[in-house]
Amino acid sequence: MSKVKKFLYVNRKAPYGTIYAQEALEVVLIGAAFDQDVSLAFLDDGVFQLTKGQDTKEAGLKNFSPTFRALGDYEVTKLYVEQESLDERGLTLDDLQDIQYEDEDDDYAEKPSIIVVSRAGMADVMADQDVVLSF
Amino acid sequence: MSTLHTVNKSPFQNQTLISCLGHTKAGDSVLLIEDGVYGAMSGNAMSEVVASMGANVKLFVLGPDVAARGIDAARVAEGFTQVDYEGFVDMAASCDRVQNWL
Repeated sequence: MSKVKKFLYVNRKAPYGTIYAQEALEVVLIGAAFDQDVSLAFLDDGVFQLTKGQDTKEAGLKNFSPTFRALGDYEVTKLYVEQESLDERGLTLDDLQDIQYEDEDDDYAEKPSIIVVSRAGMADVMADQDVVLSF
Repeated sequence: MSTLHTVNKSPFQNQTLISCLGHTKAGDSVLLIEDGVYGAMSGNAMSEVVASMGANVKLFVLGPDVAARGIDAARVAEGFTQVDYEGFVDMAASCDRVQNWL
């Protein structure tokens, strides 16, 4: 058994203007099969990926935002969101989806997956990884 | 423990370079490649902010991409070290992780 590595997927782009956000989510789901220590980072326009109420029907696009709420089932339970990026865009935590996971070490209690961090805190998260993949 | 950050977008196109410099740790290296090399030029609207935000990191620029764009070596800002492709590989191999800012 090789050492578990810390993987961080960095999301800096809004969800529908380019394919980056959707592709990142695909890679995260595929990567989740490899039993590594996975975290996601949302900063800059990436925070727009997590907003609630996305309705893509009339735009003719696939709404992939509900998939974020399924990440917990793949043991992806750490979604770091940068406070300054929210502030700059006039967003608060209330504007984001309520994303939770069941903690199997705590009688499957539901716990929030989103962890709001400062810009300096995000730099610390990034510096703590073995592998950083950007989208 | 250090990170090599690469940036491949012009700072006049978007905020990627600024975001990168805002998330570095002291002692990290930042290498500007492709259109990112415009961020290494002196005497423009971005020069000062790049110099001040990059004060705690080592700044590099990829020489072949500078040359390809016809940027005279004299226009590369003080504080930037030019590297070639071999230097790029050496930097990637000697750091703990590479973070590409897209």
